[in-house]
Amino acid sequence: MAENLLEICDLTITPAGSTTAVLEGVSLTLAPGERVGLIGESGSGKSLTAQSIMGLLPEELNASGTVTLDGFSGNVLAAREKTLARVRSKLVSMVFQEPMSALNPLMRIGDQIAEALRIHGETQRPRMRGRVLQLLHDVHMPSPESARLAYPHQLSGGQRQRVMLAIALANSPRLLICDEPTTALDVTVQRHMLDLIAERVATVRAGLLFITHDLAVVAGVCDRVIVMHSGRIVETGSVREIFANPQHEYTRGLLASSDLESTDADGKLYTLRTALAYSGPTTSATASAASAAHTSAPASAAPTSAETKPSGNRAAATAPSAEGLGAPLIEVSGVSKLYRSGGLLRRKAPVQALEDISFSVHAGRRLGIVGESGSGKTTLLGILSGLDRPTTGHVRVGDVRVDTASSQALRSLRENLQFVFQDPFSSLDPRMRVEDIVAEPLVAQGMAREERRAKVADMLAAVDIDTASMRRYPHQFSGGQRQRISIARALVTRPQILVADEPVSALDVSVRAQVLNLLTDLVDEYALTLLFVSHDLGVVKHLCSEVIVMKDGHIVEAGATDAVYSDPQQDYTRDLIAATPSLAAALEAAR
Amino acid sequence: MPVYLLSRAAQFAVALFVASVVIFAMMSFLPGNAAQVALGTNATPEAVAALEARYGLDEPPLTRYLQWVGGMLGGDFGTSYVTGAPITPVIMNSVQVTAILVVCSIVLAVVIAVPLGTFAALEQRNWIGMTISALSQVGIAVPNFLAAIILVMIFSLGLGWFPSQGWMAPIEGVGGFLARLVLPVVSLALVQAAILTRYVRSAVLDVMREDYIRTARAKGLTRTRALFVHGLRNAAIPVITVAGVQLATLLVGAVIIEQVFVIPGIGSELVRAVANRDLVTVQGIVMVLVMLVLVINLIVDLLYPIVDPRIRSAA
Repeated sequence: MAENLLEICDLTITPAGSTTAVLEGVSLTLAPGERVGLIGESGSGKSLTAQSIMGLLPEELNASGTVTLDGFSGNVLAAREKTLARVRSKLVSMVFQEPMSALNPLMRIGDQIAEALRIHGETQRPRMRGRVLQLLHDVHMPSPESARLAYPHQLSGGQRQRVMLAIALANSPRLLICDEPTTALDVTVQRHMLDLIAERVATVRAGLLFITHDLAVVAGVCDRVIVMHSGRIVETGSVREIFANPQHEYTRGLLASSDLESTDADGKLYTLRTALAYSGPTTSATASAASAAHTSAPASAAPTSAETKPSGNRAAATAPSAEGLGAPLIEVSGVSKLYRSGGLLRRKAPVQALEDISFSVHAGRRLGIVGESGSGKTTLLGILSGLDRPTTGHVRVGDVRVDTASSQALRSLRENLQFVFQDPFSSLDPRMRVEDIVAEPLVAQGMAREERRAKVADMLAAVDIDTASMRRYPHQFSGGQRQRISIARALVTRPQILVADEPVSALDVSVRAQVLNLLTDLVDEYALTLLFVSHDLGVVKHLCSEVIVMKDGHIVEAGATDAVYSDPQQDYTRDLIAATPSLAAALEAAR
Repeated sequence: MPVYLLSRAAQFAVALFVASVVIFAMMSFLPGNAAQVALGTNATPEAVAALEARYGLDEPPLTRYLQWVGGMLGGDFGTSYVTGAPITPVIMNSVQVTAILVVCSIVLAVVIAVPLGTFAALEQRNWIGMTISALSQVGIAVPNFLAAIILVMIFSLGLGWFPSQGWMAPIEGVGGFLARLVLPVVSLALVQAAILTRYVRSAVLDVMREDYIRTARAKGLTRTRALFVHGLRNAAIPVITVAGVQLATLLVGAVIIEQVFVIPGIGSELVRAVANRDLVTVQGIVMVLVMLVLVINLIVDLLYPIVDPRIRSAA
């Protein structure tokens, strides 16, 4: 008992008024200073496990079993709120997923950090200020003095997460729990945050329980991994054991479907179903590709570098093989977008959302648009679809001049260009039946009811949704199924162009692979031109033939996907590729 | 920040101007002019014409509008065609009475509703919380004149603690003023408090689900302390909005209570002016009411940036 920092024994959690447990018989231990990764998809119970340790479980859940912490007498699950409050932050602390909402919007950063110190006994005001500054400094906050006086909305997501870490470590706890601390961050920011967590935990010699859905992330931070699935622990082992030789079929499936570098005999991504054939990340090939990306010797990628000579910010994403296809289907030239905000009396500096964007896409091509938040991806899509007009520049899609089109012309454009959005939970009207959702674009066309119904049934079958469930409502489907329904709705009018805006970012890894495979099939089958927007380079690399890298409203780099990935010309692209967590690199590091 | 203040002040001025035009137009272009209405249907055309000439009603509308607005800017609301007396003192006296009544009511309502709603949210699963919710539900359904009648029956006719009606200005005697104030204020406040309790409860429940409350608990605050330190100020934002709307409704809504307790407030004055077919007075009173509502909205708008730094820096 005294040897372990944390012991969870037979933890079972049941919602009030229900007999089915959401967490069942979970037992785990964590030694002092040990760094353990808790891996699982949504609904696996990993966050509930973490909340149990903090005594922060929602009231409507009943927990049984024991949770003991070294330094706390008794069972955390049975302790009173008052007793627990003294332990939190002092003995065990937590960093949460959502940096945007985890800080009080009405309170200065410094005060929020100071509060954590004050609660646990620090009272001297002059000393307090110094300690707050020290804590901000420790998490490498740029200009701690001004950050101390800032309000949360004045900081970026990454900076807020640093503040959360500063708060969590303020009282030098013996155990730090991180619940998906980097999931909401951009990849380059994620890299820094992960390094920072590892560094701080080592400095204060705390134990770490790191919760994530992302296998590649966990490998860099943890020694040991616990895999959870549907409320149970399915496998435990060192990072190397789990990655190289997974025993449980779920672990194997998870590993296989998060590997976007490997494909099965049919060229498909592995899913939970096909995971048996998966033989682990292809380390040698990808490792050399990764190192090539680092050194980026232009000579090593001679055959491809010719096509990707970006002249400043302008570059055509036209691959050479498309030259014989005639005029491109989509042509964007010199597009800029300025946002002027202001009301009755105020004038603000205009925001340059896009600057001099030019590219073209030929029919049947798959273009990936990669960029972090604020890069202008969303603005660009708005302009492409005619929802927004550019300040300067021209956009042509098919034979429609989008930037000057009449609303009549835009209507015909929208039949030809359809969207799939990121969030499968909010992009479907919860009060409409699935068949009506999918039929809606056809209603807009004025198609007769019978014909509509037949088309909808065909389309749902094509995305693997059982047509018997057509009359159900969106909430009766899982996230992956809803995203399929979104795809069906987009394709039912048989558009030429499909625009997918982060369509798999909100999905679990195992579901992501299935949806990506489906998307690949449909793009082939319907001869679609695909515009695929994502922050995830791995997904784009798998799916797209050409890629545009965007940053701060500019195109940083453009070209054929293979060429850009194997031989990036710009520092930003290099950083982006290096920061993207990959299984192969993670396994390499674990060796 | 100064820009925010300026733009709000400008909005206020524009709204006031538009309101004055609308009110003037409605009163001027209704069939039959003010003189006709004041004298009634039996008046001879000569008498009407004489009255029109006396009060300048034969002037073009624009001139009359400018005279009216100009007068108001100088603190003169004009002269009643019916009584021949200046309107300004009548309006000012009755506005004071109503303002005392309404401000006391909303303060009492807030004082009752904030602790009660917070408590109901904290104890939402207990019988106490549920009882508070149920009582506030009942309170909303009770019209305030009914509450007034019940209160009069118990505390005035039954126990004899307070007079059942009437009004006394504070300078005439503080004791008498307070004694006559209690029942009308309580009957207005009860219903408002019931409505506000529900809003406070749901605002607090929303806030309790926020991530920053969880962060505060992870820092080592108990659930209740976390709510007091971090939650209430966040919950204040929607509550201020509702309280502002309630205050505006009360201004006009007090008219029934003023009738029940025979209080010479602006509602009573408005009812009397309508009954006397005194259009100029009606026009003045409506203008004052509109102005007060706009002032309340302005105050609410100015409270937001004080509470919320996000609005402060967006401004």
